[in-house]
Amino acid sequence: MSTHTIHITVNGALHTVEVDSRLLLVHFLRENLNLTGTHIGCDTTSCGACTVQVNGVPLKSCTMFAVQADGAEVKTVEGLAQNGKLHPLQEGFYEKHGLQCGFCTPGMLMTSAALLESNPNPTEEEIRWGISGNLCRCTGYVNIVKAVQYAAEKMQQEKGGGHD
Amino acid sequence: MTKEVMGLGHRRKRVEDARFLRGKGNYIDDFKLPGMLHLDIVRSPYAHAKIKSINGEKAMEIPGVLAVIDGKLLQQYNVHNMPTLMSDVQNVLPIDTVKYQYQEVAAVLATDRYIAADGVAAVEVDYEPLPVMVDPKKALHPGAMKVREDKESNHIWHWEWGNREATDADIRAAEVVVKEDIYIPRIHVSSIETCGCVAKWDSVDGHLTLWMTTQAPHAIRTVVALITSHLGLSEEKIRVISPDIGGGFGGKVPAYPGYVIAVAASIVTGAPVKWIEDRTENLAADSFGRDYHITAELAGKRDGTLTSLRIKTIADHGYTDAAANPSKFPAGLFHICTGSYDLKNAFVEVDGVYTNKPPGGIAYRCSFRVTEAVHTIERMADLYAHDIGMDPAEFRMKNFIKPEQFPYKSALGWEYDSGDYHSALRLAMDMISYEELRKEQKEKRARGEFMGIGISSFTEIVGAGPSKHFDILGLKMFDSCEIRIHPTGKAIARFGTKSQGQGHETTYAQIIAEELGIPADHIKVEEGDTDTAPYGLGTYASRSTPTAGAAAAIASRKVREKARKIAAHLLEAAEEDLVWEQGKFFVKGSPNQVKTIQEIAFAAYTNHPQGMEAGLEAVNYYDPPNLTYPFGSYIAVVDIDRGTGEVKVRRFVAVDDCGVRINPMIVEGQIHGGLTMGFAPALMEEIQYDENGNIFGSTFMDYLLPTAVETPNWELGETVTPSPHHPIGAKGVGESATVGAPAAIANAVVDALWHLGVRHIDIPIKPSKVWELLNAHGAAEYK
Repeated sequence: MSTHTIHITVNGALHTVEVDSRLLLVHFLRENLNLTGTHIGCDTTSCGACTVQVNGVPLKSCTMFAVQADGAEVKTVEGLAQNGKLHPLQEGFYEKHGLQCGFCTPGMLMTSAALLESNPNPTEEEIRWGISGNLCRCTGYVNIVKAVQYAAEKMQQEKGGGHD
Repeated sequence: MTKEVMGLGHRRKRVEDARFLRGKGNYIDDFKLPGMLHLDIVRSPYAHAKIKSINGEKAMEIPGVLAVIDGKLLQQYNVHNMPTLMSDVQNVLPIDTVKYQYQEVAAVLATDRYIAADGVAAVEVDYEPLPVMVDPKKALHPGAMKVREDKESNHIWHWEWGNREATDADIRAAEVVVKEDIYIPRIHVSSIETCGCVAKWDSVDGHLTLWMTTQAPHAIRTVVALITSHLGLSEEKIRVISPDIGGGFGGKVPAYPGYVIAVAASIVTGAPVKWIEDRTENLAADSFGRDYHITAELAGKRDGTLTSLRIKTIADHGYTDAAANPSKFPAGLFHICTGSYDLKNAFVEVDGVYTNKPPGGIAYRCSFRVTEAVHTIERMADLYAHDIGMDPAEFRMKNFIKPEQFPYKSALGWEYDSGDYHSALRLAMDMISYEELRKEQKEKRARGEFMGIGISSFTEIVGAGPSKHFDILGLKMFDSCEIRIHPTGKAIARFGTKSQGQGHETTYAQIIAEELGIPADHIKVEEGDTDTAPYGLGTYASRSTPTAGAAAAIASRKVREKARKIAAHLLEAAEEDLVWEQGKFFVKGSPNQVKTIQEIAFAAYTNHPQGMEAGLEAVNYYDPPNLTYPFGSYIAVVDIDRGTGEVKVRRFVAVDDCGVRINPMIVEGQIHGGLTMGFAPALMEEIQYDENGNIFGSTFMDYLLPTAVETPNWELGETVTPSPHHPIGAKGVGESATVGAPAAIANAVVDALWHLGVRHIDIPIKPSKVWELLNAHGAAEYK
């Protein structure tokens, strides 16, 4: 079994680790770093429960090797809240009842966070397309869409507040 | 109750969210114990084959592979077979024959999950393929190849209910008889979390701890005790813990072979053993839902008055009957099939059949075959209305059970607790502007456009159930709540149920808050640990609110009765002179002489009356007097693309009546999710098999779950008709929408195509089916 030494920054902390070449990024996060917020739901890149951000891009970590993330900055759900303050999306999901069993939620959050980074004021249709790579079996998506809208508004206000 | 207390009716935000939003949930695959081993399973590529040999030598050469386990090894401990919930037999690992594709054949135990997978790939199994039986109708032919050598034929059971003679006579004499074959295909609940467990055997004290994805931890503990008693594992030494569950929907009720192998492997090795399914194993081997081949006849008069219903059904159970039904009801509660209508007579019969497919069937987010029943009657009602040229809404209004008829005894013997079907349908029609839609449809039809309006006015039957009729493996289907009030007036409450996303930690606390006046924020709710929670049958069939929710109210009232005695002591008043009001007792006529529940709780530990037991707690095992009957009316509007056959659900109005709503926010969330799991099998989801028993639909790339793009923007309405027998008038709501939605969509599609001569389309109504129909009638557009 070949191994590689990788340098990977996860939620701001640099890790230099020797890993098996075949180790999936999702298992590296869950097993090596004990960041179990990132989940596995399907193994075919369909459900998005494993979505994390790699250099700001939402990617499905069950279909990516840890070695491919060598040198990258990875952000997981555990890195979303800053200094104990929930991200506006986390707040939105709470306020709008955007989660039930919670299993898809970390992936939904990471995808939505990237969506709002690139499109701070998305329409409902853009939100629906934006999260279409993430499956949820509990909520019927209606409240997830509302949660993302809540966060978009809040982030706009916070941003605007700085200039006023 | 005040906003601070957060009793019934408040949109209380969820307690559970704090951990889930931060990635701090505790799902089964998050558990990691020192020295833990990993189990992976070798599965059959054939649907039916002799196992000539299993050779694990090459697997054992891989560093880190510790054992290859097969059926013969398990046979030495007599755990190679296990009973199903329907008292049939399921192989844990087969001895010599596999009976469906992806059946467990052997298991590999290794130090890491990757090495376990390497081991699985290296196990050599020599198979001799055998003929395959996939069609349940052919399976019933005389002389048909037998799926099970230990049985006389492929016919598992015959079950019938109702008055055959009277129904036959009605149908013979009826002015109108509408007949249709309806197939409700095999589908899979596909919770985003698959199944799994961690088994930890402590060889020193002989205790087994089993963390597992189960909706019914207590029943599982008893079943494990029963099947391992010969190994000396008795029930007090077994602790089942159901951690956070990533969706259940019925798929996490049964015991699967992987759990049993993991337990056996932990006992043999003395190490903790983890088994986690992948998605293909989940879809291809875990219990399915539905798979009912139905022939229905609905009879009545030319003026639209219905009289009688006759249904004959073949139920495909795969190679063993592993349904999760109450013991007395092999076809579940399918005999709710008279639905919302006042029928004179009905008769229903079902035959269970073995085929070379995975065992089942469990419910797909519904209470024991209720969706099958509702889909049938709602399709038939629509067909009847269309056949006699009556508007389907008017037809339903004419035949509904009237509000004054409740409690209503149905033709098949159920006693419906309460209902007002006319109001629910009227509200749905008003919300969607029904009459205007019919006008629009007429105009569009004249222009050659296909638009349809479909109604489904369903009646559910949930909350199993009264012990007189309901048990699973002999365990009566009560459920429980235990409440302890702490000295400072805060509380902990434990339940025999187990949330999988329903938000019990939030809503159960609201019931107790309402009853005792203790703020919900100060009531901790726990479930899922059999060492601490009172016994109960678990969460499925929308039973948590009807059973454990009722137990919460009754246990609270027991606490209140003791609190009254303590208050009388503190106030030096007679018990009967005390009045209870929102968290306090006061002396009748002197509201200043008052003791709050917090003061009373403190006294229960510091100053309790002589001769009375200290403490303030109660437990209730609630045996419901009847089932509950939630209902609703749904209306779907669809537009059909003539070029692609795609069905677009333009609008969907859902009016639900689930009795009293504990937390409207959570109720609405349950309905949103339920509607989406009704939309899915109506238009997308299906598991099919080819003639060799090869599965189509074993990954999310070919078993299609709806995404946010297809899912309609649900519009909700409500009526409230309390259950007269439930302590807080609630009925349960987790599954109503899944039960009611498919028929509304199917009816809308048929409504759109009726003028072409289309009478029925089986779900899922995929674009290809619709396009072929359009093409056959010369109405397709070539794009």
